[in-house]
Amino acid sequence: MHGGQVAIVGAAETDTIGKRPDISVLGLHAEAARNALRDAGMSIHDVDGIATAGLYPQDISHYLGITPRWLDGTLVGGCSFMLHVRHAAAAIAAGAADVVLITHGESGRSGIGADPWVRNPASINGQFELPYGAQAPYSTFTVPALRFLHDRNMTREHLAHVAVAQRNWAANNPRAARREPLTVDAVLNAPMVAYPFTRDMCCVVTDGGGALVVTSAERAADLPSAGRAVYLLGSGESAEGAVVSQMADPGSFAAFRAAGAEAFATAGITHADVDHLMAYDAFAHLPLYMLEDLGFVGRGESGDFVAAGNTVKGGRLPMNTNGGGLSYTHSGMYGMFAIQEAVRQLRGEAVEQLPDARISFVQGVGMFFAAAGSLVLAREPR
Amino acid sequence: MSEERTTMSGFEPTPTPETAPFWDATSRGELAVQFCTACARYYFYPRPQCPNCGSVHVEWRATTGRARLVSYVINYRPLPPFDPRTPLIVALVELAEGPRMMTNIVGVAPDPDHLPLDLELSVTFVAQGAVQLPVFEPAAAAA
Ligand SMILES: [Zn+2]
Repeated sequence: MHGGQVAIVGAAETDTIGKRPDISVLGLHAEAARNALRDAGMSIHDVDGIATAGLYPQDISHYLGITPRWLDGTLVGGCSFMLHVRHAAAAIAAGAADVVLITHGESGRSGIGADPWVRNPASINGQFELPYGAQAPYSTFTVPALRFLHDRNMTREHLAHVAVAQRNWAANNPRAARREPLTVDAVLNAPMVAYPFTRDMCCVVTDGGGALVVTSAERAADLPSAGRAVYLLGSGESAEGAVVSQMADPGSFAAFRAAGAEAFATAGITHADVDHLMAYDAFAHLPLYMLEDLGFVGRGESGDFVAAGNTVKGGRLPMNTNGGGLSYTHSGMYGMFAIQEAVRQLRGEAVEQLPDARISFVQGVGMFFAAAGSLVLAREPR
Repeated sequence: MSEERTTMSGFEPTPTPETAPFWDATSRGELAVQFCTACARYYFYPRPQCPNCGSVHVEWRATTGRARLVSYVINYRPLPPFDPRTPLIVALVELAEGPRMMTNIVGVAPDPDHLPLDLELSVTFVAQGAVQLPVFEPAAAAA
């Protein structure tokens, strides 16, 4: 399933992202799916596998007119799509599917056709976190951050540097939700959402969708889109707690370490081989955790690494080149958009195109600090 | 401040058979967690098997109610049913017995200057509907 046996042959987002009061959640899935199939040069009749998160996969396949012989409804939060790619690769390698369509759509801003937000007061979360106001992502996902910073002699300015670095990538991207220039002082002085996080350290809230078409490298070679195929070299997935408070170490996420290590090992690459990093940033602390937990930098080095410009244009490790969840878009489950940007970079089709992106590492996170998924994608099979 | 909170709107947990002993204890003014007699470790949240060794030889034990502040946010945008005008200190604390839990810090201004990490805390309880929620206040204030 790894080493380039499986390829992403279709990848697309919805026509527009941001504000989409004109279309429902289901419609966003379908629009993205049509765009990805067109991108692949395929039709609904080629697809025999369906994967999605949030909605039931059978609802998507039926809506589109697809008869699946393989379904995956894995829902572990925003990194579900990383797991779908990994699961699809395993299914394709095992002969359980030939062409898998993975869809995402969410009306995070407009709420058109969205399920109501129901909270179960008898769940672990409902009994032991929600009663304390650990409800919205900004007051839950963010709770461990002060400990992370404190134990590393890092400050809120390091969070601000993450926001500034990513705004630089978004500035020229017409699809990005936030594009106006940003400074560290401006980030620190922006309205406080949940101390230590100000508005610009928190992701945007948008509508949008994306989809991927995954098949064998063998089949990819016969498609009109053959020259634009992106190959899966390695992957990993893991999970830790059901609730944020139960992380074994609030300053490090075990699932980043486990999923990331497996992705590197299965890909057979080292950190020096990585040209591009997508680090799922619902909030500004997450890329810092990921840089350390994935081993790109040592413990306590992530903040200065970003502040020194290593992740911006011309830097050693360009990161979140679409602007990320902080500036580009964040529909709710952003992982699909992180994969889309990695595919664009490897195809040479990104707005802020890197000169020679051959290998991209995509790190996702789900349900706050609960689950993680990692992909190593490449321009060429190994 | 903790008195004020008892009158505030909030989110009421619903106990399950597995968690009822925890909530029964808080209604008596006790913070109890489970202790595994096989590996001699406390754990939280309530469940019938020890997450460290898998043993079902576990029992409920009252804690000292002492804890330290591990991390927190000051939530300036509480959502319904919470009062949106009252900042909430959403905190991660570590009990003296070892387990960590989410909670609120009460009896102190929602100001980082008053909330150094590792601050010593002690448990207190506020009513939320039919249950008593364990929250924490600075140990100095409780003494
Ligand atoms: Zn045990």
